[in-house]
Parts: sequence; C-alpha cells; structure tokens
Amino acid sequence: MPIVLQHSWFMASRWLRALLRQPAWIVVTLVQPVIWLLLFGALFKSIVNLPGFGADNYADFLTPGIVVMTALFSAGWSGMGILQDYERGILDRFLVTPSSRIALLAGPLVQQAIVTIVQSLIIIGLGLAVAGASFPGGVPGALVVIVAAILLGMAIGALSNALALVVRKEETVIATVTSLTLPLSFLSGTFMALNLAPSWIADVAKFNPLQWAVVAGREALTSPDPDWGVVLSRLGLLALLLIACFAVATRAFRAYQRAA
Amino acid sequence: MNAAIEAEGLVKTYPGGVRALDGVGFRVAAGTIFGLLGPNGAGKSTTVKILTTLSRADAGTARVAGLDVGREPVAVRRAIGVVGQKNAVDGEATGRENLLLQGRLYGLRGRALSARVDDLLERFRLADAADRFAKGYSGGMQRRLDVALGLVARPQVLFLDEPTTGLDPEVRVAMWEEISTLAREEGLTILLTTHYLEEADQLASQLAIVDRGRIVAEGSPEQLKAELRGDRITIELDGDGVASVHEALARVGGVREVALDGRLLHARADQGARAVPAVLAALESEGVSVAAVTVARASLDDVYLRHTGRTFESADAGHAAPDGDGAAASAGEAGAAGETTASGSR
Repeated sequence: MPIVLQHSWFMASRWLRALLRQPAWIVVTLVQPVIWLLLFGALFKSIVNLPGFGADNYADFLTPGIVVMTALFSAGWSGMGILQDYERGILDRFLVTPSSRIALLAGPLVQQAIVTIVQSLIIIGLGLAVAGASFPGGVPGALVVIVAAILLGMAIGALSNALALVVRKEETVIATVTSLTLPLSFLSGTFMALNLAPSWIADVAKFNPLQWAVVAGREALTSPDPDWGVVLSRLGLLALLLIACFAVATRAFRAYQRAA
Repeated sequence: MNAAIEAEGLVKTYPGGVRALDGVGFRVAAGTIFGLLGPNGAGKSTTVKILTTLSRADAGTARVAGLDVGREPVAVRRAIGVVGQKNAVDGEATGRENLLLQGRLYGLRGRALSARVDDLLERFRLADAADRFAKGYSGGMQRRLDVALGLVARPQVLFLDEPTTGLDPEVRVAMWEEISTLAREEGLTILLTTHYLEEADQLASQLAIVDRGRIVAEGSPEQLKAELRGDRITIELDGDGVASVHEALARVGGVREVALDGRLLHARADQGARAVPAVLAALESEGVSVAAVTVARASLDDVYLRHTGRTFESADAGHAAPDGDGAAASAGEAGAAGETTASGSR
C-alpha cells in the first residue's frame, strides 16, 4: 500500500479511536438531525399538501436532506481537531517525522467519511422506522445519499481544516462554521420544494453544494424511477468540489509550513 | 571527529521584519551534547526549527547527520528525533498508542515496533502507565513520553528544545539525569536549547551563547568560564546607581569589567574578597550606599554578562522590549537594561 494511504489510515484511526472513546459525541451530533427529522418533520407534515410540492410524504422528502445536512454540520468542525493538534504541538511533532504531509490532511477526512456513514445509516433508519418514510430507491438510493453526504462532508471538512490552518484561532473557526452552515441549509431545498420558494433562493441554491447533495440523494432515494443523469451530474459536481477543497487545504498547509 | 550538525550563516527574518537569526553558525561533534544557551527570543527555537526542517532559512546552510536540511529534508527527518517545547503528546491516546503511531510513521511495524515501544516505556519509567490516557499523566511523565517519542526511530541526532521548561525543580534534575544517561548509553548527538544557565553547565560539553540572533560566545562551559579571570563581585545598591560609580571603581586597583544593571553593580577582581573593602570605600566616597555585597566564582552568568553586557535575568525578563540591532552592547553601557527580578532562571 502506498505510504500516503497507510499514513492517512494511521491518522484516521487515531481520530476514530478518540471518537469511539467518547460515544456520547455520536449521540450529541445526532440530536440536531433527530430534532429536524422528528420535530420539524412532524410540525410541517402538511406542507406536502401545498399544490405543486411534488411529494406525498414529508418524511420521504426530508430524510435525504437531513442526512447530507448532518454531514455538512459535523464536517464543519473538522478544523477544530487540527487546531488542537497545532496548539498542543502535535502537528509540528508529526511534521518533523517522515510522515506523509497529505496524510495529515487526509486522515481527519477519512474519519469524517466513516462518521458520516454511521450517522447516515442511523438517520435513514430513523426516517424509516420512526418518521414513517418509505424509500422506493431502496439500497442503491441509500448508497447514493451516503456517497453524496461523504463527498460533501469531506469537501467541507477540507475547507474547515484550511481555515483552521490559516486563522489558527478556535473562536474564528467556530464563528465561521456557525454563521455559514444554517444559511447554507436554508438556501437549499432541504426543507422545502424550491419551485414554491422565492425564485432568488432557487437561483442561489443552484450554486449551493448542499443542494447538489440534496438533489442527488432525494432523486435516488425517493423517486420510483430515478433520473440517473441528474444524480450523477450532482455527484460529479461534489467530487470536483472535493478535489478543489482539498487543493485549497493543501495550499493552506504549505502556507502554514512556510510561515514556521 | 565527525560533525553531526554544521550550521553556517543562518539568517531568518519573519514577516514584519523581525530578524530572528542574524548569521548563526556552529558545529556539533558526533556523540556530544551541545547546548544553545540564551534568553527567550534570542533565536534558539528558530535555529532548531531550521535544523529540524520545520522552517527554512532565508540564507545560510545547515547539515544534520551529513544531510542538507534545505535540499534533503525527508532524509533529515529520518535521521533525527525532535522534542519540542510543548508536551506534544496526544492526551486522548495512551502512552503506548502515542509511541506506536510515532513508530509507524517511521516505517516500524510488527514485533520490531512493539519491542521498541516496550523498551522505551520501561526506560522512561512509563511501563505501569503505558495503557492509561496520556492526559492523565503528570507534567514530568508527559515530558518523558515526549522524549521517548523523539527516540522511537533510534535517531542519530536528538533535538531537545527547552526540555525542562515548566517542570518542577526536582523533576528537572531527574530529567537532566535522563538526558545524560541517554547521551552516554546510546552515543546520540544531542542539541539542547535552554535558557537555564545551570542546565547548560550541567549537561552540555560544548555550548554556544545566543543573543539577539547571533552567537556571541562558543566553547566548553569550562573554557568559557576560564576566559573570565577572577571572581565576580555583585553589589546591590540602596538606590539606582549613578554613572559616577564607574569612575569611582576605576580607581580601585585590580577591579575591572564594571557594569551597572539597575540597582546591581557588577565587577570582576582577581581576589574578590580582598577587593571588597576598597570597593566599598570608593563607593562611600561617591556617597553611594550599599545594601549587599556578594563575591562568587565565575559562572556562566558571568560569561553571558561579559559577552552581551546584560545579566541573564534582565535579558530574559526584558526580551519583550524590541531591540533591532543584533550587536551586543559593550559591558558597562547596559545599565538601562532594566529589572533584575523575575524569571527564576537559577
């Protein structure tokens, strides 16, 4: 196995191990999606009766959106881990070993991907079992939702890491993440059919990566006859985004090393 | 003897124009402990960062274990171990896990790795705590784990950046023993930075005094001390000193290198105790009253004072005050350098 993959895995398992030791963390990150799915979903249940909404059951509509939104929210915090490593001197300790540089950035993203898989399965399960959703897309549909969530989560995680390496202040990372994630969610079709939303929101949403993930996931999971062109084009956009974000993170990391 | 570290003309300027290094160069023989001694902000850590590939010099060259740090950073990293200023241990992992990961990054695997980790845990008295989370370790234990992390891959050259800063005095002394044993038993070359004079004196066989980005003196602690003839007389004045004390003491035979540092007046004399009565008489004739007098044999403090014109404590306490020119003020002109309180350097 190439060094970069080996080292990425070493780093990812370090983060995963720390996470597994605080299982409460998984529960905490699921509180929000459960609120959205079960409370918000119940409150706005009748929204599907709006003429032109285009779905019969709000839980069907909402679940894929909550899955990818959860990935976005938890990935936003990725930079906090790197920042802690920086502050404790652990980042510099790794930098003076022959460790692969890319692995230091990729490790937390691999961990992010694994966490996303677990979270997504739980949320899809809750949608089915508690919220009363049914998914004609079946297992392939669920896979698409998870892949979309992973791509989005890794891209946002890379950006969060880049931000952390540039600003090197927890407060700035927290402020940026909290002030961006919720607006991104409302500027998408996560909660609402966009054909019923103001046209400016629909226009903005076209450029919102969260919306790409929502569209791909919802199409694959809830449509009886998914339009795979739509699904794959959105997944393709997300993959390009991930590459771009990782490039940004790599540059930020180089800048960090140059500034030493 | 082979040089394990060779640095020449290292210059580093940080954004904002702060010149951290202004032509640092030195040579460390293989298998020895070399001390870089200087107050906070003198440029020690910047030197270590460049030698360990964390940072690049703007000018100058450096070779570590025969490898050019600028051109062959990856090979350098394979040859060195680095223990930074902070306890860079992962608190969420156990001591053993910290060591295992570190070893894997150097390509160690399987039994060779676990045997090495067991050895290090044993040698650094961490075997009992090996499977506890490092965040529960005491400061001294974390520091030992940190040093162990630097040794996992059996480096040729070990860098210790202020290894005992922030440790309790007893723990510090234990750490010194640890370090000397290491150097003796493993034949390691160790470069150690410190702002504790005592530490440099205890551990290093050769040392360089760094001040304001330059090396102002180099040699063994004994050589450096031997450059200073005679004893040091330190006089604590009742009030701030006045310039006329220089003239007053200049008239006293056998007294030289008079320096005023706030309320402290430093001077040297071949026979310190014998010179004291004449010195006191001279001060009295100037109307300067004296609170205390001490006479001491030469120490690294004196070496520092002689080469930089400041006492070590005042340099350490006053390093926040910006001072652009790298040149050291000559002895006797540094009276304004300020307070001699604080820092607990000794």
